[in-house]
Amino acid sequence: MKTLLLQFLRSIRQSFQDLLPIILVIGFFELIVLQQGVPNFSQILIGGFMVLLGLSFFVLGLQMALFPLGEDMAYSFVRKGNLWLLLLFAFTLGFGTTVAEPALIAIAEEAATIAADGGVIENADDARENYATGLRLVVALAVGFALLVGVIRILKGWPVQYLIIGGYIGVVIMTGFAPDEIIGIAYDSGGVTTSTVTVPLVAALGIGLANSIQGRDPLIDGFGLIAFASLTPMIFVMAYGMLF
Amino acid sequence: MMDAIVHFGGTVLSLIRDVLPIATILIGFQVLILRRPIHNPARVFVGLVFVLLGLALFLEGLELALFPLGRLLAEQLTAPAFIVGEGAEAILEFTWSDYFWVYIFAAAIGFATTVAEPALIAVSIKANQVSGGTITVNGLRFAVAIGVAAGVALGTFRIVTGTPLHWYIITGYVIVIIQTMVAPRAIIPLAYDSGGVTTSTVTVPLVAALGLGLAETIPGRSPLLDGFGLIAFASLFPMITVMAYAQISEWLSRKSKQADSDSGHQT
Repeated sequence: MKTLLLQFLRSIRQSFQDLLPIILVIGFFELIVLQQGVPNFSQILIGGFMVLLGLSFFVLGLQMALFPLGEDMAYSFVRKGNLWLLLLFAFTLGFGTTVAEPALIAIAEEAATIAADGGVIENADDARENYATGLRLVVALAVGFALLVGVIRILKGWPVQYLIIGGYIGVVIMTGFAPDEIIGIAYDSGGVTTSTVTVPLVAALGIGLANSIQGRDPLIDGFGLIAFASLTPMIFVMAYGMLF
Repeated sequence: MMDAIVHFGGTVLSLIRDVLPIATILIGFQVLILRRPIHNPARVFVGLVFVLLGLALFLEGLELALFPLGRLLAEQLTAPAFIVGEGAEAILEFTWSDYFWVYIFAAAIGFATTVAEPALIAVSIKANQVSGGTITVNGLRFAVAIGVAAGVALGTFRIVTGTPLHWYIITGYVIVIIQTMVAPRAIIPLAYDSGGVTTSTVTVPLVAALGLGLAETIPGRSPLLDGFGLIAFASLFPMITVMAYAQISEWLSRKSKQADSDSGHQT
């Protein structure tokens, strides 16, 4: 209990250092460039304090729960020795964490509104909703697919750049064919899929797998899952844009 | 006060809803399929509560403090009155250099929000452990943050000048491919991953606000074509800077080794 408290205090100090640049940037622009006072100072103070506490709790919980969980799962799968189960798990993890991702829900709704305004789809509630849901499912499929292929890559020990550069070439080719309106959304959908809870889990899973398979280096083989998971949605979303 | 508590409760609830699928998948596989008990369940449970509570406080605090301020700043810095001068209603004529402060702000806010990005902190901690300390937590984070700063600044420049997005992105890809061939092999997967993790909780809302603010006030830009796309810059450039970070540190260590062996000859 006492060590936990000590860890927490250390975590708070670290978080304060992490947040200092934001305070300095906002302060500089608000007070010196725009020369305006800070509105709602007490609200900002409370909010800032919450951000500080929240980040400290998160980083502590990360090391207590998310990292060990992800690595434990990886060891268990390797010991179990069933490839199909591992692949099923990888796909489910990617699909399940993405389909409910709030950032993705927000961007899908925005994309639907823009598509409706641009006349790509009918400007009606159900048409917009269908479009947004379709987009979310496509992105979730893409992330599930990415984790599945990424896990195969770790097992086989393929260099990560083959997958990534292959994916880039796919993005470039699709960009040539996809309608202009979808390109920005497609590029952005790659970035929003990797959420704060998913990233540590996926990183721990990859490193755990690389650690428990002989001949794999955790640094070279363990990382790369996240990169691939933010690449495939671009290709899948552009394909979606071409179909509709 | 009551409102704030209700609002916070709402955030916690929606987070639980978001984390529920993840927890179901993990527990489902662990207990039903792998049939293995969870190692040290009490500690994992407390840790999960910390993650949830921490994220809820973090997001709620961002909503209260950082996002309103950041959006207000983005709005004010891109407003015609600030760019053209007092009393201007719309931007009719401008050169790219009128947006000087916007580029500086884009770089500064890109850097600062990336340093505080929880997902990046997680990956840096892991990379530090796995590399046995050769990759430092802060070294990696600063390399990524410099990448985001450069990316977002260039992205705002692109919106101001109205040049096509894909030319920048494709050029960036070509640089990444060339670096992949020459950078130390061990950094490559991590560099690729750092592109994906930069853009989450803190960076995306602020950067998107800046992009949309610019696209709305500059004539001839559409929020659809130009407002989005800033985030693509923010996830491309960290790959370049992280590989550059590894290349520079390798070069420095080679140079110092060479200097050592040179002085060894003299004595």
